[in-house]
Amino acid sequence: MSATKVVTEPAPVRERRPPDPRWRWAGLALLLAAAVYAPFQLVPFHVFQLTMVLVYAVALLGLNLLVGHAGQISLGHGAFFAVGAYSGAILLDRWDLPYPLTLPVAAGVAFVLGLALGVPAMRLRGLYLALVTLAIAIFLVPLLKRFEAVTGGSMGLTLAKPAPPGWSGLAEDQWLYFLTLIVTVAAFLLAAGLLRSRVGRALHALRDNETAAEVMGVRLSFYKTLAFAWSAMFAGAAGCVYTWVIGFVSPDSFTVNLSITLLAGLVVGGLGSLSGPVLGGLFVMFVPSISQDVNDAAPGVIFGLLIIVVMYVAPTGLAGLAARLAGRLVKKIPRKE
Amino acid sequence: MLEVHDLTVRFGGITALDGVGFEVAAGEMVGLIGPNGAGKTTLFNCLTRRYDADSGTIAYEGRDLTAVAPYAIAPLGIARTFQNLGLFPRLSVRDNVLVGAHHRGRAGFLSAGLRLPGVRREERELRADADAVLERLGLTEVAGHPATGLPFGTLKRVELARALIGRPRLLLLDEPVNGLNAAEVEEFAGTLGAIRSEHDLTVIVVEHHMGFVMGICERIVCLDFGRKIAEGPPEEVQRDPAVIEAYLGTAA
Repeated sequence: MSATKVVTEPAPVRERRPPDPRWRWAGLALLLAAAVYAPFQLVPFHVFQLTMVLVYAVALLGLNLLVGHAGQISLGHGAFFAVGAYSGAILLDRWDLPYPLTLPVAAGVAFVLGLALGVPAMRLRGLYLALVTLAIAIFLVPLLKRFEAVTGGSMGLTLAKPAPPGWSGLAEDQWLYFLTLIVTVAAFLLAAGLLRSRVGRALHALRDNETAAEVMGVRLSFYKTLAFAWSAMFAGAAGCVYTWVIGFVSPDSFTVNLSITLLAGLVVGGLGSLSGPVLGGLFVMFVPSISQDVNDAAPGVIFGLLIIVVMYVAPTGLAGLAARLAGRLVKKIPRKE
Repeated sequence: MLEVHDLTVRFGGITALDGVGFEVAAGEMVGLIGPNGAGKTTLFNCLTRRYDADSGTIAYEGRDLTAVAPYAIAPLGIARTFQNLGLFPRLSVRDNVLVGAHHRGRAGFLSAGLRLPGVRREERELRADADAVLERLGLTEVAGHPATGLPFGTLKRVELARALIGRPRLLLLDEPVNGLNAAEVEEFAGTLGAIRSEHDLTVIVVEHHMGFVMGICERIVCLDFGRKIAEGPPEEVQRDPAVIEAYLGTAA
């Protein structure tokens, strides 16, 4: 290349090359294979923990849709999780509904509630929206205790867990794990499809620049409200699966703490990335109990410190950190042109 | 095609537009000039329903634009670019362009989530269209790059691509050659002229670059302090004493 040519050309563009899609599929297939293999290698308690990671991942997938992709905030997603959990529990307790049917109903209830609350809430921005969603989470616990006849009050409801069918030859913990895995994979496919489409682009557009999005024909109130409702629906579905897995619901499992932990988990896992919710699920499952182990007196302090450290080391969350490390690794592999 | 009549916009005590009226015929290229703060961008913001007019009417293809919701402007065939860029910085250049085709798509939350065949087909078509527009404007190389950190002139072209994919009939360009060097301005004028005839566009362009506006527009509207002070063919407006005074001021 001659020197004069260089001068007239614009500054060289640093192209962030997306990884080859084949690698991506291979990685996903490997991950899925590991997920299917894991319950046969782990002790039941660890299988249970892994199941809970998936449950939280589904809830975070919903929260990510709202916070990471649509750029809105919710400090009250624990409430939709609880609504899903209680919907499932009440359906099983009162109507003896077969448990697979409780999932769509619980998700539907959370969706409708999300829509109803989303219409007024999505007119608010930033801090105001944060406060309103926080209020939803705060109101829920007394509400659950108040309607004792249906919710079992402070005592909660105890339910039979879904039993593994005889043909499967699985233990209970393994069966619950696979049920949860199926729901998780379905939820991820749904979210991935949504995000790769016109709808996902509209959400990203209104997150990045509301004015420009509207000029392009994106109806802001519609997309914000539906993002809120879909986000609530994922949380509700996760709550219902939680009920299957735990076999017990009580108001004290769904305090404001849950909402805050979910949001923290998502931010630490990585906002707006598809792997963020899984990493966040690991965080929500393990970090509170680890910090309890480290210092029994001050779990909150350890928890908070861990968040600060992660945010300092990886401002784009663990998903961003993983992508950076993978990028460095890939650079070392000579590329065939 | 467009009839603006007696348009007035006030912000508190400031009158940004004061009874402005003009017409644009289909296929025309009209330049909108005037010193900073003359109300040019305010006028664009009224046309795209960013601002409500305090009085006056805007008729577009016989329809009263002031009664149209802001998100319903794009489907009517009106697209615009922004003075200081209105891109989505975390989206790739290609996705930015695809957002411009938002109103052409039908996919909803559920159908997109389930990736129904109709959604896939629609997505394929839009992506093919986006690639064609990117190619046309020489943006294929940067299609995968986030729409930030690229040269200003490139980002301006991304905005133009995003406007074009919406298949507009009326295109509003807000300082499209701002920040370009002389050669780039010339090249852009050529591209714009070609695109205009390819797509059968009516164009209103706000621009301070007089050589560009006078060379490319058939008619010029000049605003000053929210009022229309001149209108006519470029050579006439250029010699208009009111225009010269607005730009240079009078001798004290």
